[in-house]
Amino acid sequence: MTSGTEHHHVSYGKLTAVWLILLALTALTVLITRIDLGGFKVVGALAIACLKSGLVIAFFMHMKYEGRLLRWLLFLALLTLAIFIGLTFFDVLYR
Amino acid sequence: MNPAEIREQGPQGSFWNDTGKSGIRAWIFSTDHKRIGLLYFYSTVGFFLVGVLLGLLLRIELMAPGRTIMGPESYNAVFTVHGVVMIFLFVLPGIPGAFGNLVMPIQIGARDVAFPRLNLLSWWLYISGAAIILTSLFTGGGPPDTGWTFYVPFSARTGTNVSLAVFGVFIIGFSAILTGLNFITTIHRLRAEGMSWGRLPLFVWSLYATAWVQILATPILAITLVLVMAERALGTGLFDPARGGDPVMYQHLFWIYSHPAVYIMILPAMGIISDIIPVFARKPIFGYKFIAFSSLAIAAAGSLVWGHHMFTSGMSDTAILVFSFLTFVVAIPSAIKVFNWVTTLYKGSISLEAPMLFALSFILLFSIGGLSGLILGAAATNVHVHDTHFVVGHFHYVIFGGTGFAFFAAMHYWLPKFYGRRYAEKPAIVAWALLFTGFNITYFTMQVLGMQGMPRRYYDYLPEFASLNLVATVGSWIMAAGLLIMLVNLFRGIFWGAPFVGNPWGGATLEWSVATPPPTENFEQEPVVTHGPYDFKGTGMP
Repeated sequence: MTSGTEHHHVSYGKLTAVWLILLALTALTVLITRIDLGGFKVVGALAIACLKSGLVIAFFMHMKYEGRLLRWLLFLALLTLAIFIGLTFFDVLYR
Repeated sequence: MNPAEIREQGPQGSFWNDTGKSGIRAWIFSTDHKRIGLLYFYSTVGFFLVGVLLGLLLRIELMAPGRTIMGPESYNAVFTVHGVVMIFLFVLPGIPGAFGNLVMPIQIGARDVAFPRLNLLSWWLYISGAAIILTSLFTGGGPPDTGWTFYVPFSARTGTNVSLAVFGVFIIGFSAILTGLNFITTIHRLRAEGMSWGRLPLFVWSLYATAWVQILATPILAITLVLVMAERALGTGLFDPARGGDPVMYQHLFWIYSHPAVYIMILPAMGIISDIIPVFARKPIFGYKFIAFSSLAIAAAGSLVWGHHMFTSGMSDTAILVFSFLTFVVAIPSAIKVFNWVTTLYKGSISLEAPMLFALSFILLFSIGGLSGLILGAAATNVHVHDTHFVVGHFHYVIFGGTGFAFFAAMHYWLPKFYGRRYAEKPAIVAWALLFTGFNITYFTMQVLGMQGMPRRYYDYLPEFASLNLVATVGSWIMAAGLLIMLVNLFRGIFWGAPFVGNPWGGATLEWSVATPPPTENFEQEPVVTHGPYDFKGTGMP
């Protein structure tokens, strides 16, 4: 594969910055449990979790620097998961 | 003549004699896709026979009301192990592992799969998982008694050895994922020059669609099984309503994998039928593109219908409506295949040899199974027949009448190619007739019993079901007799039978263009493909 041969090295500065953002988001997850947001508590926690895993995938797992094929494959897997979870909600939401 | 002599006398360079290793090491450490295919073949057939034996025991128990040969606990264990062995050790790995490995790389003009060592690893994972499952039968609290679906709350509470059995299935899941990855990469990257996507044999198309389901759905089974183990070992309460859990969630998770798994079982079987029918009808396949794309459509739509297993589980009415609708959608690509096979036969010069007889009975039995599936997919009728023998009859029609008969067809069609010897035709036809007759007596009767209200998974039943149960049990003996004749004839044939050389069936796919048995690296020189897989001109067709 041609795209795999050029190894992109992410600088330590950038990695540290991402790590700090992840820590800050973890703190935020803990903080929102102390505020009364009602039903939005779960939505908020899940949104933060999505943001965090997005950062991990993009920088630590190098997806930001990968070719289009790998990105599409990841998208396909996430889409499949989203469809499975979405269809399950036809049960959970209307029970 | 035995295989050792074939190795000595077979064509120079055939995969039987051309190895660097000796004895059993030449098999269990071989990275040759044909040897791995045969490893899969013999291991899956071995487990199939274990499953058959257990199935016969179940039928003997049901021969008369009350206790016949076993009590309720034994009966629960026997039907669970029958299901686990048949599904996870035979049907799921059977066709991709055995015939996918044997034939697919040759059919696309490759020397091997893309990752031969990974291929060997996937067999090792399979056989390790199988060993763990077998260990679970004789250790701890004894064989699992939950049914092959491991439903909570019972699977979380029973004292039998569920955790170990579930762990074995978990390991086998990895084997399926590796096979899927290997096949997708192989089909994308290793096609010979001229082997365009429009020239792929339909068996390869079906394996390709199957491989995507294996990769995308199997991880969900792995997660589900880990959760069952966590529930048992740590008491996580995920599926326990008393602690905020949800038992129906287990059924969602289980069927999100296990319904697509049904298509892992049937799609490669459909591929075999699509390859055999044109050869024995002496006609190109009708609707090549529709058959190829309907495999992908079945894989995609079939992944979205799992909820139809749960219509009586307390799922919401909205979900029942959605899943019932989606279930009917799957019928469309399935019917496309059936109609195209039948149209291929139209005005063909049909030759009723053993592989074709099995292929033709596939069409009939799969259609009966598929149509009874619609009775189950419709919410109203589902409630009436849910958890009755109708369901047992339905899935045996699809999985045994479908995948099983396709496996038998492939055994008669392809095994002679790899052994250079063939079975006797007459006993093969007698065996087919017995199997087909016994099959319908057994499973059609089960469907009638189910309509009359006989529940499944009980060792005993009301006296009014007695006569039909006796009929079904006698049918199972006819089937067993057919199976015995078929296997004896087939194995006697491929080891000691008449020589099988050249291209006696007149197939146009690449495996018929190489020497019999095939050379270790399949092709003397890299092939250039100049015609489609069902373009029979110049293939020496009789």
